Amino acid sequence: MRPIGATASTTLLAALVAAGCAIEDDPVEIPTHGPPTRVGLAYDIGGRGDRSFNDSAAFGLDRAEAELGVETTEMPAGNGETDGHRAERLRALAKEGHNPVIAVGFVYSGAVSRVAAEFPDVKFAIVDDPGARGPNISNLLFAENEGSFLVGAAGALKSRTNKLGFVGGVNVPQLHKFEAGYRAGIQHVKPAEVRSRYLSDPPDLSGFTDPAKGRAAAQGMYDSGVDVVFQATGGSGSGVFEAARDTGDWAIGVDSDQAKTADPEVRGSILTSMLKKVDVAVFDFIHGVVKGDFRSGPVVYDLKAGGVDYATTGGHLTDIVPQLNQLKRQIIDGRIKVPTH
Amino acid sequence: MTVPDTFTNRLLGRVKLTGLLSLAAPVLAILMAGLITAVVLVVTGNPPIETLTLMIDYGSTPRSLTLIVNAATTYYLSAMAVALGFRMNLFNIGVDGQYRLAALIAAAVGGAVSLPGPLHILLIIVVAVAVGAAWAGIAGLLKARRGVSEVISTIMLNTIATGLGAWLLTQWAVPVAGSNNIGTKPIPESAHVPGISLIPGAPNKVFGLLLLAVLVGIGFHLLLNRTRFGFDLRATGRSESAAVASGVNVKKMIVWAMVISGGVAGLVGMPQLLGSSYSYSLDFPAGLGFTGIAIALLGRNNPVGVAFGALLWGFLDTSSNILNLHKVSPEIITIMQGVIVLCVVVAYELVHRYRISAEQRRVSRELSAPAQAQVEGAGV
Repeated sequence: MRPIGATASTTLLAALVAAGCAIEDDPVEIPTHGPPTRVGLAYDIGGRGDRSFNDSAAFGLDRAEAELGVETTEMPAGNGETDGHRAERLRALAKEGHNPVIAVGFVYSGAVSRVAAEFPDVKFAIVDDPGARGPNISNLLFAENEGSFLVGAAGALKSRTNKLGFVGGVNVPQLHKFEAGYRAGIQHVKPAEVRSRYLSDPPDLSGFTDPAKGRAAAQGMYDSGVDVVFQATGGSGSGVFEAARDTGDWAIGVDSDQAKTADPEVRGSILTSMLKKVDVAVFDFIHGVVKGDFRSGPVVYDLKAGGVDYATTGGHLTDIVPQLNQLKRQIIDGRIKVPTH
Repeated sequence: MTVPDTFTNRLLGRVKLTGLLSLAAPVLAILMAGLITAVVLVVTGNPPIETLTLMIDYGSTPRSLTLIVNAATTYYLSAMAVALGFRMNLFNIGVDGQYRLAALIAAAVGGAVSLPGPLHILLIIVVAVAVGAAWAGIAGLLKARRGVSEVISTIMLNTIATGLGAWLLTQWAVPVAGSNNIGTKPIPESAHVPGISLIPGAPNKVFGLLLLAVLVGIGFHLLLNRTRFGFDLRATGRSESAAVASGVNVKKMIVWAMVISGGVAGLVGMPQLLGSSYSYSLDFPAGLGFTGIAIALLGRNNPVGVAFGALLWGFLDTSSNILNLHKVSPEIITIMQGVIVLCVVVAYELVHRYRISAEQRRVSRELSAPAQAQVEGAGV
């Protein structure tokens, strides 16, 4: 988080300098032409407050509002929606003068392709979807497998039983990428047994919102001798953490630095977290558009770009940070290829 | 056929209001809902008149109207499935599971076969109806044979349908090209139902299967009012013992009512599947069965009333987008929908109570009048 934030503000400063910074009395103000940029953001189901994916996007939006002085409009998704509803939401944002418009989640894939074609002058971004393409669409993608590789390696280095577990929220391709990277990271360190469980199968998405299921799955793993569990379960993660606290084993968080955001009681059981910086992607995208620097097509937030990473909060990894950073460098240099499935 | 004047019968629209009272109830409901919504808007710091104007302006554009009609088509089918059960005193809470399972299996079958156009469409719809009917039939059989409350069994069947659907989808699913979505194999073009340009000036089209919804509405009316089966069904709903006495096989009626209700539920996903998404994937709309329950209550289980209810619901859903852009919380819409349903229930109940007490006053007046006349006559 910190290095990225620093980079972003340096670039911002650079942008200010480059723009000539005509305003002398108030150097903090962003030089703008006419009215401020209006940013529209449409959430996936769950919306702001889901403590996971949407919240991360919301955080990036808030930061853009605070640092770039943009105006923002957020729209939540409803249950039982069709593609027509989603397209209409994006259309309403574009029509009301929002530019750029950001769609959070692959469910917007069809809607973004369609609406972006109708509004060629508006810049669109879609998070987690490589499918929607167009000259005015930016696909914000993440190399979750690379981040998962590092937390897998960290888990393997800390495991005493040589048994590790993976709990995924819903059995979807998106999460297979997490699992594949995690397994590869573990095997890179030592031959260990890896167990995996998904809490629900699509279209049942309850695995992302059911802590009781997460707790039961993790409990079963810990009872069978597993001592590190990586959870990629969104809102069900708190259950996994509780199970880890009860048995005194390790859990690994996901998306945000959960040793900072989880319930204080369970933070001590969180070994590290796989950081997926949706907030950085959202902020960078808005920043790019404000500067007049928009890139269409996929923008991959991988280890190199700082879009994924591992967290060191809690200091449990202090002794192995050099090893992990070496692995990180090898991935960035391309010496280690992390599988995606 | 007299109907016992109970709360449930009044709630489900089986006790009819006549004359001016039948007009008074909806007017009262609209006034109450309008007033409460206005209060909610004022309390949340939004001007009621401006907010409503905003919604109407946005909701009356051709594009919005098309979206409203499309949403209403789906809601209508769902509500009719619920209404059919309600008419017979069966609470089919399982429409949600029935339509999801039906749409999934129909989508898989539709994607697997290749047939000439109309036949392909027919096959998909027949499969959907059959799956919905069979799934609801389980609850019907449990009720008829073992006396299991259909409320409990349909709720449980919803959960089982979710699990079964999840398993089936992972068996059949193919990744949607270049996306993180997965879904059934897309249905070939031969089974795509073309849209209708119903609203002038709209760039988008309404679902072709809007016609199917209209047919279901007409069929519902004819079935209930013009057939022996419909008579038996209404009779069983009103008084089971009276129906038995007049020779109706109640157990058979329960199973058939659930089967037909489930068959209609099977249609709920069809307009979307055959008119827009052509595949059952992770983003297929869920939860429509529960919306149907609210709309059936709102429309008082009457095919025309439900159509108005479905359109109103569609309007509210669609206009929630514009509220958001003007910094009005879209949750206001959910509150409005809840308030409207409650107001309809309360308004009809109030009018019924007024009717009952008016009848009682009239009866007691009639009873006392001749008695007085007699007393006076004796005095003369």
